[in-house]
Amino acid sequence: MSGAATEATAGEWPLWEIFIRSQHGLAHKHVGSLHAPDVTLAIRNARDVYTRRNEGVSIWAVRSVDVHASAPGDRETLFDPANDKIYRHPTFFPMPDEVKHL
Amino acid sequence: MYAQLVDTGTGGPKDIAHMTPDEQAFQARVDANVKIEPTDWMPDAYRRTLVRQIQQHAHSEIVGMLPEGNWIGRAPTLARKAILMAKVQDEGGHGLYLYAAAETLRVTRDQLIEDLHAGKVRYSSIFNYPTLTWADIGTVGWLVDGAAIMNQIPLCRCSYGPYARAMVRICKEESFHQRQGFDILMSLCKGTAEQKAMAQDALDRWWWPSLMMFGPPDAESVHSAQSARWKIKLLSNDELRQRFVDQTVPQAEYLGLRMPDPDLAWNEATGHYDFGAIDWSEFHAVLKGNGPCNQERLRARVKAWDDGRWVRDAALAHAAKQARRAATAS
Repeated sequence: MSGAATEATAGEWPLWEIFIRSQHGLAHKHVGSLHAPDVTLAIRNARDVYTRRNEGVSIWAVRSVDVHASAPGDRETLFDPANDKIYRHPTFFPMPDEVKHL
Repeated sequence: MYAQLVDTGTGGPKDIAHMTPDEQAFQARVDANVKIEPTDWMPDAYRRTLVRQIQQHAHSEIVGMLPEGNWIGRAPTLARKAILMAKVQDEGGHGLYLYAAAETLRVTRDQLIEDLHAGKVRYSSIFNYPTLTWADIGTVGWLVDGAAIMNQIPLCRCSYGPYARAMVRICKEESFHQRQGFDILMSLCKGTAEQKAMAQDALDRWWWPSLMMFGPPDAESVHSAQSARWKIKLLSNDELRQRFVDQTVPQAEYLGLRMPDPDLAWNEATGHYDFGAIDWSEFHAVLKGNGPCNQERLRARVKAWDDGRWVRDAALAHAAKQARRAATAS
C-alpha cells in the first residue's frame, strides 16, 4: 500500500502497486499492493485481490521500487505556498445575489 | 479480538513531559487525527506494536480460511458451496490487504510468515476450535464475523493510514460474511427438529469462544492504555464485548435459539444485557497452544507454505528467464 518499500528477502516475489479505474470513467486510483513474480501475474493477482466485486474495468501494475515520492520533510516547502493564495478558489470573490450564472 | 493481547513493549503511555520533541510532535499529530503514513517519523514501539497487531490480524484471516475451507466440499447445495468459496476467498484477500499494510512498516512478507510458523506471533484464539457440522459454518459467519465487524469498524479510524485503509476495504466486504452465516442458520432453524438441534448445538459451542475474541477484561489488559493513546485501539475490550452481546441476543431470539448462559438477562437500569462469567482459563490455554486445533492449524499453514515453495521459485525463475530473453532480443 505504497510507501517505504522494503528490500525483499531472498526468493520473495517483488512488490507491485496496483491502480484500478472504476467503471465511471474516473482516473486510475491506487488501491493497494501485492507480490508477483512478473507483470502478467501482477495483473492476474490484482484481478483476484482487488476486483472481486466489479470494482474496475482497467488495472495498472507498477513495481513499488519504481515509485518516487515527495519526502515528508519537504511537506512545508512544497505545499505551504498554496495556503495564502485563496484567490485561486472561486469563493474568494463575493458575487451579488441578483447576478446569475456566475 | 482478531488481534488479542498485543504487547506494546512499553510500560504504558509516557507523560508528555518525558517525551522527546519527535515523540511530542508525533503524539500531537495522532491527537489531531492526522493519519501517520509509512514515511513519517514514528516511535519504534509504535512501529513494533503495529507490526505485531496487523500481522496477528492478517494471520487470523489466513488461518481462518481453514475451518471454513474444510466445509467447501460438503456444503449442502451448489449455491451454498459457491457462496462459501467466495467467502473463503474474501478471507484470503483480507489477509493480503493486511500483510501489505504491515509491509509498509519495514518488514517483509516472508518474515511475517516465518514469525507465524515459528510460533512467535499468534492468530485469533477462535480459529483453534473445530467446525464439526454445517451449522458451525452458519454460526461462524454470524458470531465470529459479527464480532470481527464490531472490532474492525472503529479501526477504520485508527491512526496508521495503511491499516485504516485496509480496514475500510475489509469492512465493506465483511457484512456479506455475517449475513450468509445468519442465512444458513435461518434455514436450519426453519427446518426439521434435527436441523434446529444442530443449530443450537453449534451456538452452544461457539458462544463463549466468540465472547473471548474481544480479549481479556479491561482490568487485565495491560497494553490497552498505550494502544488507545496511539489510536490503534479505539474501544476497550469490555465495551466491544458488551455491544456484541447487546446486538446478538435479539438475533438469537429471532432464530428461536437459546444462549448457553443461565445468567444472561436484560438489565433495565443499564440498558444492556448482563451476562455470565467468562472462563478465562480456557482462553489462556488456547492462546498457549492447547486449544482443540492449534497444532492442526499451524501444521496446515506450514505444509501449504512448504508445498508451495517450488511454485514460487519456478515463477521467479520463469520471470528472470523472460527478462533475460527480452534484454538480449532488444
